[in-house]
Amino acid sequence: MALVEVRHLVKHFERGGGFLRAKSVVRAVDDISFSIEAGETYGLVGESGSGKSTTGRCMLRLIEPTSGEMRFRGEDVLSFDRSRLRAARRDMQMVFQDPYSSLNPRMKARDIVEEPLIIHRIGDRAERRDKVAELFRLVGLDPAHLLRYPHEFSGGQRQRIGLARALALNPSFVIADEPVSALDVSIQAQVINLLLDLQERLELTYLFIAHDLRLVRHICRRMSVMYLGKIVESGDSASIFAHPQHPYTRALLSAIPVTDPDAPRQRIELDANLVNRDAPLRELAPGHFAAV
Amino acid sequence: MDEPLLSVQNLTTVFDVPGHPVVAVDNVSFEIRKSETLGLVGESGSGKSVTAFSILQLLQHPGRITGGRVLFQGRDLLALPENEVRKIRGAGIGLIFQEPMAALNPVMRVGAQISESLIVHGLANKREARDRAIDLLRAVRIVEPETRVDDYPHQLSGGMRQRVMIAVALACRPPMVIADEPTTALDVTVQAQILELLREMKNTFDVSLLLITHDLGVIAETADRVAVMYAGRIVEQGPVRDIFRKPLHPYTQGLLASIPGEGTGARLRAIEGVVPNLATLPPGCTFAPRCPYRMEVCTTAVPALVDIDPGHSVRCYLHSDRAEARVMTTPVMTV
Repeated sequence: MALVEVRHLVKHFERGGGFLRAKSVVRAVDDISFSIEAGETYGLVGESGSGKSTTGRCMLRLIEPTSGEMRFRGEDVLSFDRSRLRAARRDMQMVFQDPYSSLNPRMKARDIVEEPLIIHRIGDRAERRDKVAELFRLVGLDPAHLLRYPHEFSGGQRQRIGLARALALNPSFVIADEPVSALDVSIQAQVINLLLDLQERLELTYLFIAHDLRLVRHICRRMSVMYLGKIVESGDSASIFAHPQHPYTRALLSAIPVTDPDAPRQRIELDANLVNRDAPLRELAPGHFAAV
Repeated sequence: MDEPLLSVQNLTTVFDVPGHPVVAVDNVSFEIRKSETLGLVGESGSGKSVTAFSILQLLQHPGRITGGRVLFQGRDLLALPENEVRKIRGAGIGLIFQEPMAALNPVMRVGAQISESLIVHGLANKREARDRAIDLLRAVRIVEPETRVDDYPHQLSGGMRQRVMIAVALACRPPMVIADEPTTALDVTVQAQILELLREMKNTFDVSLLLITHDLGVIAETADRVAVMYAGRIVEQGPVRDIFRKPLHPYTQGLLASIPGEGTGARLRAIEGVVPNLATLPPGCTFAPRCPYRMEVCTTAVPALVDIDPGHSVRCYLHSDRAEARVMTTPVMTV
């Protein structure tokens, strides 16, 4: 059984409206389904406005989805009441994109990492402090820096603090929303390697949300491509890269800058007329689906 | 005529931070020839943007140029009075910024922003400038330029705003354009279109381009030559093929190696450590603390930038004196 199963997830935002003006509905997430096996890193790829981050937030109910199911270990998280949701959230955590804005600048690094333990009433003060020091070492931070404030850390170190906080409650499932896109190139690889190490040591399952296809191909065996709120292609990363079927996936793949000055370049522009918004996902090759 | 269009010689820019001055650009030298694209690569804090702002003298306090020359068409911009420099900005060197929403005036129609420099530099009257703005919008592939010319920036998408920025930069037909991270804030598909447009504009308008970016993919696709900056210094410079085929500096090698490849689940080859704080730079080579080939000499004195192949130079003791280096290249692993 899959650890995480998203079924027909929908999130609509209402926009505008007012005196004598009709509201318009933005279909940010428009009926998407996918499942993640335990221990897997699943990739969710798309550009801004594709609905990939909204999907991640709906899965943890940081925003309430309009309809659908989000099954975690077989139970529908969307039907949980407050106390059950709170308990479930110990097992599902999120790492955010921007380590500059997602950490409270007025809190010491130790307090940021300790906070989830206090909220969930875990251990006494001494036990919590031990746990925080252990988490610091786990993510490669120096426990000597426990009392520093976020601005005293570099971007890569701040992302490690965010990761330590996410891991404080020993979750089994972590949603990483663009975890390295705000970091310098030479630091990105360090954080990716740390994510891979932690996955092995702690048996974590990841949903990796990103726009960088090279990175997603590198760390995710399976992935889904989102476009305007819908999944337009999903399956084995290798198969999608080798034989992209949806016109949007083709355009996206052809747009990746190639780090070879002599590589032939063939841009494929997306012809919006070729996209049938209502086409259902069809299995075109074993395990490879596309909405064409 | 082989004289370079732009020749930056030993440019040094210091930020007078109380306590200790920070050298953001340290003795930087490069040349750009007519119709050539030089890619200036570096991470945050490398000094690549400060270099661009120094060339155009757009530095803000406490930044200050303390040395060097910036020869543009044979004249030293740093020796010119401010009103002469103002004539160069826009008419001589156009500028494209990273964030078009921040760089464009939100309460001014895009057409007026494109024609502004034409009018300021006395190249057109109001009527002609508007026609020219429409032509430029068409050139940067904006559909229905006749109506878009009266739009405000917020009515345009991110990609269209960056196209408008390019039109603004090209309005006075400058022989050179500086583009500072022109595609960083854009989606992958839009980035590809803007790079395509930049290449096209380069050919149509025959401009030289100083392209500043952290993205090696953008460099590989667009630049003729590359200069790699690290902590304020150029550490390697050469033709784009040499830089990607046989990078000489361990930092350049590390950057290229850390790009994700095709394998799945494998560890990436990361550069260990962090980018140094410019206020507390180590003596010697600034990359030494992160370098897998660090030798004793690296921590004592700054290596010189030396030519290895024609037009390909590197600032590294592994290459500075080949005979000497061969004896000393026992790699010292760092933590």
